[in-house]
Amino acid sequence: MIGRSHFARSQRMMIVMGILCFVMIMVVLQLWLFTATMHAYLSGDETILWPAALVSVGCLALNAGLLWYLYALER
Amino acid sequence: MTSQDREHLTIPPDGKPEAEQPRWRRDFPIDWPQDNYVARRDFTKFMVLTSLAFVAGQFWIVLQNFFRKRKGSPPLYEIARVEEIPVGGSRVFNYPQEHTPCVLIRLDADRFVAYSQQCTHLTCPVIPQPEAGRLYCPCHEGVFDLTTGRPIAGPPRRTLPRVKLEIRRGMICALGWEEETI
Repeated sequence: MIGRSHFARSQRMMIVMGILCFVMIMVVLQLWLFTATMHAYLSGDETILWPAALVSVGCLALNAGLLWYLYALER
Repeated sequence: MTSQDREHLTIPPDGKPEAEQPRWRRDFPIDWPQDNYVARRDFTKFMVLTSLAFVAGQFWIVLQNFFRKRKGSPPLYEIARVEEIPVGGSRVFNYPQEHTPCVLIRLDADRFVAYSQQCTHLTCPVIPQPEAGRLYCPCHEGVFDLTTGRPIAGPPRRTLPRVKLEIRRGMICALGWEEETI
């Protein structure tokens, strides 16, 4: 139940909006990274494949952490 | 009324007091702020799943690259004798599979180049135009440089895969692909 959080309802709304905006920027960044990696792979350049995959994992970890925080707010 | 209670008040979407709301809304009140909050939270969850899908895609590319490297180099293929191709002339051949068209072009007396004949835009066959120093794709007006295979005009963005060539006892042989162009 949300009411147990120590944040007011309007504050939680602001937090969720902020997190949503950040997550969307991260997902757009991952989309760009994916297309750039595919382009490199099809051009025979394999030097960036692993770094790009690791950066993408980093973005996912950040996004998942923010989502976890969002659910933690409700506990 | 405490501030905690006020947090749980239903706020109608038009913001008017409860007495002015239509009957149906008074009978079935909806907690709109809560509804908005849950919608945004669930959308965030969906975006995180999309993020996970991109990570899966990245590792799929890494896996594809691993299998591509394991396949090794294609077999040697004899394309033609040197004297069969005049300067500025070309010949289409299939390499490494039976239905993978490539094109061999003689640039001058000593230099030969061979590329995949499939345009890197939408795989239409490219036509060599040695007199203009280019390979031309008629489907979408794509143009590639004849000596390097790099795209120089039109929609293609990737270089044409280049076949490794070697002349053995007067025979032009294909030995695989140039690493940077696959």
